[in-house]
Amino acid sequence: MTLNGWLQIALYGAVVLALVTPLGRYMTRVFEGERTVLSPVLAPIEHGLYRAAGIDRRQEQTWLGYAGAMVLFNGAGFVLLYALLRLQAFLPLNPADQAAVAPDLAFNTATSFVTNTNWQSYGGETTLSYLAQMLGLTHQNFVSAASGMAVAVAVIRGFARASTTTLGSFWVDMTRATLYVLLPLCLVLALFYVSQGMPQTLSPSVEATTLEGARQTIAVGPVASQVAIKMLGTNGGGFFNANAAHPFENPTAVSNLVQMLSIFALGAGLTNVFGRMVGDERQGWAILAAMGLLFAAGVALTYWAEASAHGVLAQLGLTGGNMEGKEVRFGIAASALFAVITTAASCGAVNAMHGSFTALGGLVPLLNMQLGEVIVGGVGAGLYGMLVFVVVAIFVAGLMVGRTPEYLGKKIEAREVKMAMLGILCLPLMMLGLTALATVVPAGLAGPANAGPHGFSEILYAYTSAAANNGSAFAGLSANTLFYNTTLALGMLVGRFFVKIPVLAIAGSLAAKKRVPASAGTLPTHGGLFVGLLVGVVLILGGLTFFPSLALGPLVEHFAGTAGQTFATGG
Amino acid sequence: MSNPLRPALVLLVALTAITGLAYPLAVTGIAGAIFPAQAAGSLIERDGRIVGSRLIGQSFTGAGYFHGRPSATTAPDPSDASQTVPAPYNAGNSMGSNLGPTSAALAARVQGDLAARQAENPGAPVPVDLVTTSGSGLDPDLSPDAALFQVPRVARARHLPEDRLRALVAARTEGRRLGILGEPRVNVLALNLALDDLSGR
Repeated sequence: MTLNGWLQIALYGAVVLALVTPLGRYMTRVFEGERTVLSPVLAPIEHGLYRAAGIDRRQEQTWLGYAGAMVLFNGAGFVLLYALLRLQAFLPLNPADQAAVAPDLAFNTATSFVTNTNWQSYGGETTLSYLAQMLGLTHQNFVSAASGMAVAVAVIRGFARASTTTLGSFWVDMTRATLYVLLPLCLVLALFYVSQGMPQTLSPSVEATTLEGARQTIAVGPVASQVAIKMLGTNGGGFFNANAAHPFENPTAVSNLVQMLSIFALGAGLTNVFGRMVGDERQGWAILAAMGLLFAAGVALTYWAEASAHGVLAQLGLTGGNMEGKEVRFGIAASALFAVITTAASCGAVNAMHGSFTALGGLVPLLNMQLGEVIVGGVGAGLYGMLVFVVVAIFVAGLMVGRTPEYLGKKIEAREVKMAMLGILCLPLMMLGLTALATVVPAGLAGPANAGPHGFSEILYAYTSAAANNGSAFAGLSANTLFYNTTLALGMLVGRFFVKIPVLAIAGSLAAKKRVPASAGTLPTHGGLFVGLLVGVVLILGGLTFFPSLALGPLVEHFAGTAGQTFATGG
Repeated sequence: MSNPLRPALVLLVALTAITGLAYPLAVTGIAGAIFPAQAAGSLIERDGRIVGSRLIGQSFTGAGYFHGRPSATTAPDPSDASQTVPAPYNAGNSMGSNLGPTSAALAARVQGDLAARQAENPGAPVPVDLVTTSGSGLDPDLSPDAALFQVPRVARARHLPEDRLRALVAARTEGRRLGILGEPRVNVLALNLALDDLSGR
């Protein structure tokens, strides 16, 4: 570990904190339906869309109507993307003559992008046409992120409103999130990335003749426009197979910093939107503080693990940290930081190969996802995920003092706690249940590339990443098979919609309640005590659920590696 | 709202056109106008021929060139399309090794590379980036130590004094961005182009 490494990490944290208030203020205006600086340009487009779609801007939806609209919209998006992937060979903008994507891979990829997971069973440059990348993937990157933000805003309204049945209009929230938040930021970010060296061209691959006379085919494409939204929308699906480790997808240490910032920007800003809309910004800061504590601990552990000796490399007397799977221009600190950010948020982009991290360095990304990606989290998904834990934390506190729990003047009762537990329990069911399945059937056991505990970690990481809608991988796993494509897609669907829908149900039931005035017995939810309680609940629930699986994978591997043991495939 | 299918379909088609077509094409147009070199892939030409991209590493094997890091990229086996064969720095198929920290295959590979490196510069400690593969398999850079480590071999092959090569590496070393971000590094292709210029090819 170096002083410079810690300075990079501190700089990152400081800039994220500085972005929270301005982004929070702007997004609050967007979702309250007010005019913004961009309205003169965008309002005509927005109103044109509503007219064409027959949407009355003022007509709000109940939680059920909101959830139904979201499912319908995502369903239609899935069909369109699936069709694009299957038909890409017959469509334009396919200079490399990519063939149709196989049915199971197309199903997996379409599910993956609609659920904001962006798991890469596909290898971008070897599988997809430019049209599929743009019209299919870039588009879904926008609207899946916008759907997440819309649901988060609906949930915030559930806390903020009283004695009402409606949560807003999904169509309006989703459209405004896309037009006013994602699109303008992406335009600026994409051009910045090009200035750093990211390609943006519709030309086919370049043929080069190297200094030694060999031929090198260099894949290019419309990269920057996709990378901008892949980061900002915490989608994470790469234009190239190696994702943000590829020099074209992340050319410099500056582009790397901006990418890391854009992963957290909207998620962190949404905590401020929450504070503003419930009328007390401190409530948002308290939630962000709980996220920040968990984040700082994760970064410290990962950086320490990657900078210190790696099992195999240490035994051969090499120093300088674990550079296997990492790029020289980022180095250890920026690679470790990126790994924690991308799994804390549900991004899943990688600038280093997580599968080659040390055992403990790889444990942190895994645990981040298992905790439900509530540490800032995916745009929207992180906030509503954390609010589920808030409901549970408030309930636990209420049990301890023996009075009906309240949060922001709303009584938390049986229905809310049941829905919260449904959302929390579906994740381990998918992550651990499908891992267990894959470790006993031959089609599952055929997947891992590494032997021993690392092979188990590869499977566990895959299902964890899918159900958490992350999309990063211990990429040794051969996941492009019928078995993995199908089961991983199942994990993604359950992990996305079986959290979103219960969360909307909580919001609907809270919005209908009356507000009770705070009394001397009310637990203040903006102070250190509550932050500590929230962190405790997240860690205890996550720890109890997932510790056994972590013990079988990364922990065994850590101790085996320390003892000098290696594992050979086929042995 | 009588029929919820109408907003779903209309918004899907309209937003697909805006975000999936208008947005990337607008970025392509603007980027091509203001950053044409970067947008095309930061290509380097010599004598009118494209010799590579500044951002994409390439495989150097001759003793007279600085070598990049090991690369784990592969290509389809020409004799059996269902199999792959190692193809270092295949810029059409980026990937890392994905070998874990207790992998026997990783241990064997690093041990082999380590022995080869020690043989060319006995007694000097081998920098870790010279025996580990990068995440993309296309890392265009070396750490300054890893470039300096190769100076004796290149000097012997080119019949150049080591001091001049060390000065060349120092001149081509780029510091941290903004003084703090990332790590110091040397672009291997740029270094080798400068090396060719130095020895008049």
